[in-house]
Amino acid sequence: MSTINIGISDLNIAKPPNILATYALGSCIGICLLDRTRSIGGLAHIMLPSSKEATKASDNPRRYADTGIAELIELMRRNGAITSALTAKIAGGAQMFKTSLETFNIGSRNITAVKKVLASYRIPILAEDTGLNYGRTLFFDVATGTMQIKSVVKGTENF
Amino acid sequence: MSLKNIEELNAMHLDVLRELGNIGSGNAATSLSSFMNKEININVPDVKILGFNEVAEYVGGPEHIVMGLLIMLDADINGMILYILDEEFVKNVVEVFFGKEFTVFQDLDEMELSAFSEIGNIMASSYVNALSSMTGMTINISSPAITVDMAGAILSVPSAKFAEIGDKVLFIDDSFGVGINAEKVQSSMILVPEMDSLNKLFERLGVM
Repeated sequence: MSTINIGISDLNIAKPPNILATYALGSCIGICLLDRTRSIGGLAHIMLPSSKEATKASDNPRRYADTGIAELIELMRRNGAITSALTAKIAGGAQMFKTSLETFNIGSRNITAVKKVLASYRIPILAEDTGLNYGRTLFFDVATGTMQIKSVVKGTENF
Repeated sequence: MSLKNIEELNAMHLDVLRELGNIGSGNAATSLSSFMNKEININVPDVKILGFNEVAEYVGGPEHIVMGLLIMLDADINGMILYILDEEFVKNVVEVFFGKEFTVFQDLDEMELSAFSEIGNIMASSYVNALSSMTGMTINISSPAITVDMAGAILSVPSAKFAEIGDKVLFIDDSFGVGINAEKVQSSMILVPEMDSLNKLFERLGVM
């Protein structure tokens, strides 16, 4: 078994018994996708809601909810997954700092965007641990579909 | 020539920013010293350009628990200052300033948090005053927002906000000693100016 670490604005897929992990999600969101029947899991760590906000043509598509999720689904499909069989679990989207400034609402904008994109592919969200004000580390066990979240505030929880 | 992102800074730009860092940190040490009524020593700060991932590694890894103090800048310079204080720094201040034993990093009370908020305010003002007096620019700072959490999660805030500028930031590492013969404690400052502001700054200082 190995743990595959996904960095910020990155994504990857894995088969059992491997674990997909991403560390210290703040306002970013980790999106776990699973085709249980075909035993293929995927994890994307997105930072911003929409690629339409990108100012540079060369920008990394994995940074955004819309293009990041699309790329993850495509990668899973190329490896045998079927879109209609996918289920999702998501975590992150915190507001790390209490402030009245609207620009810091990026966490909740990310949550809304991720849900909208998943809905457009008709992928059901089986569990989520989103919002609030603390960082989360995510481990996604592809064999069981369990999303384990570690945080300073709540310790370890399984979803 | 105007800079498009932080990666384009050359050695001369860095020297200027390092010197501003020096003056700002010196001012900060003096103000902190009078706030805490203790002698504060400070080393010459280390100024670097780092990616957000590198910053996380530098302060102990993405899951390392740190205190983050976030301050917004506006007027002639728009951007953000994020202070990352490690547990030793916080422990030192709590013990010296409040004269009580420091127990759990995550369980600071309101009084302690507001003291750190004031320390963030003092450090940011010192830096910004150095900038203002050298350039004649007007810079306003917000009151600090504060949290204690994983470094990576805290860093996601400036990295998401300034994603379009690039994933590099100006990293200023200060080493403070609180009290005579004190062990050094680290404070890291991340400055993320909007590129227009940075260009204006260099223009004012005659650095091209």
